[in-house]
Amino acid sequence: MFDIDLWREIFQSINKNRTRSLLSGFTVAFAILLFTILFGIANGLENTFKEAFGTDANNSIVIFPGRTTKAHKGLQAGRRIQFKNEDHDFVLDKFGDKVQYITSKVNRNVVASFKNEKNSYQLRAVHPEYMFIENNKVREGRYINQNDLKHKTKVAVIGRIVNDQLFRKVDAVGKYINLSGIPYKVVGVFTDDEGDNEERVIYIPITTAQQVYGNNDFIDFMHLTYNPEMNNDQALSFGTLITKSLKERFSVARSDQRAIRVHNMAQGTKQVDMLTSGLTLIILVIGFGTLIAGIVGVSNIMIFIVKERTKEIGIRKALGASPKSIVSIILVESVLITAIAGYVGLLIGVGVLEWVGPSLKDYFITDPGVSNRLVIGATITLILAGAIAGYLPAKKASKIKPIIALRND
Amino acid sequence: MLKISALHKSYRIGETSLHVLKGIDLSVEAGEMVAIMGSSGSGKSTLLNIIGMLDVADSGEYILDGLPIDNLTEKKAAVYRNKFLGFIFQSFNLINYKNALENVALPLYYQGLKRKKRQELGMFYLEKVGLADWAHHLPKELSGGQKQRVAIARALAANPKLLLADEPTGALDTTTSYEIMEFIQQLNDEGKTILMVTHERDIANMCKRIVRLRDGVIMEDKIVTQVRAGQHV
Repeated sequence: MFDIDLWREIFQSINKNRTRSLLSGFTVAFAILLFTILFGIANGLENTFKEAFGTDANNSIVIFPGRTTKAHKGLQAGRRIQFKNEDHDFVLDKFGDKVQYITSKVNRNVVASFKNEKNSYQLRAVHPEYMFIENNKVREGRYINQNDLKHKTKVAVIGRIVNDQLFRKVDAVGKYINLSGIPYKVVGVFTDDEGDNEERVIYIPITTAQQVYGNNDFIDFMHLTYNPEMNNDQALSFGTLITKSLKERFSVARSDQRAIRVHNMAQGTKQVDMLTSGLTLIILVIGFGTLIAGIVGVSNIMIFIVKERTKEIGIRKALGASPKSIVSIILVESVLITAIAGYVGLLIGVGVLEWVGPSLKDYFITDPGVSNRLVIGATITLILAGAIAGYLPAKKASKIKPIIALRND
Repeated sequence: MLKISALHKSYRIGETSLHVLKGIDLSVEAGEMVAIMGSSGSGKSTLLNIIGMLDVADSGEYILDGLPIDNLTEKKAAVYRNKFLGFIFQSFNLINYKNALENVALPLYYQGLKRKKRQELGMFYLEKVGLADWAHHLPKELSGGQKQRVAIARALAANPKLLLADEPTGALDTTTSYEIMEFIQQLNDEGKTILMVTHERDIANMCKRIVRLRDGVIMEDKIVTQVRAGQHV
């Protein structure tokens, strides 16, 4: 029940003792200020990590072939491992349920030209699934599709930079681009939010590249994403499993580290996750530590207030104040001071983050800030904290005996 | 109005126990004005505190207005104090950050009255003690006599059956004391039952009955001819 008279009593008491109330609120305000800033900085660091990874699928595994370093099963060391289409199919057959998308790749550097414009770019011959792995956005036209693969068509999808540099104001889709002497029809233009380097790229169907560059079915490397429902540990063991079965397939010694190399993003993700959760934990510990110090501070001052007001409480009791009404006066005052002071701390903290946030970019802190959820959580915590801080003093106050409080000395 | 029989009370002081009240029998009728006298340590304040439900007796019976007062929880005591009793203290015991009117209205707050009603009643009692013009002054802006009159108005505000005064003139000079006594007599004339502790003979003589305590027992209990305070002023 909202008791306006109780609030009137409390505001009167706070108002009459402004310095005291200010002092008791100060520790809490400071604790929350510190907590907010630390939390904001932690969020900023996390944002930096996230930005560094871009929007590439962070569940990807890349498998590179290399040269053996150990003799195994009668085969010499130094043997070159070459992936072929059948290896792509092997992975897909064997681990189909764990694979989300898979593409094989052939990479080349090409000189591309359109009319008088000429420049060198990276050429990536891929499967259509690559679009999802790289998180490319098709701006105009279309991406490479299954039909292109099947018919080994000479089509190309070009990056935004390629489009800007070679075609300038001309609409690229439908035009023919010359890649190292062979004309390809441009069917699409894509963008990638990872930056310019990823847009200085031309995609063609992998089957076309295999025909053009050697008339074989060779693959430079494979790139896949694992089922996103897998957790980090499952993803890591999946990576190990692929390595193991490919080593068997190519008769490579298990201890050979160079012949088949698997780069699993789960490893990095795990490290980053551990780093950020470690950071969050430290900040929570520091934050709660300071908050507890604040609570103890308020509690201490409330005990002092109760002592100071012993006589007043005695008078109130003699006039018929119930123990409950005494408890609520002290408790609500404590909650009010804690909540208001905490909120001031929070507002200052958010203000400071907003103010200095942009200049912290050089220190690996991007866009520091606190979420609404944290603000709501902090509010609830503050009210609880105030109640905890006020509980002991209120209990003490309710136990005051009027005859002792009213003694004339 | 009030009936006490075989009341005992002792306090523990370290290892020893101090027997303060050793079997008090006392009954007070409605409309009486009783002075409890005695030297310090005679137990007169303890008796008043027990009657005021600020303290609890070890044994004995206490019936107030037909209601046996025993097994008091804090909550029950608070309700009874608020309903039946008005306190007047030697050191006034006003709340220093509340103005006169707010002080007078405080018992009404604990009775759960609406703010408007409290203000109205508060003003009424302040007028009764002649301090309506001082309603919005803080206690520190009032003289001793004025403070005690505010305290009396506060004691009256809840319209109690019994007024308890603990040395009501103890902190006042003679002239002011007599003014206050005149006022208390006037309340008694209007029918209020009054019980006061004092050690001043002239003040006691302004009551209608004097109960003398010594070492925790009643030595003497006599009806006296009331000296009107008005004659001295």
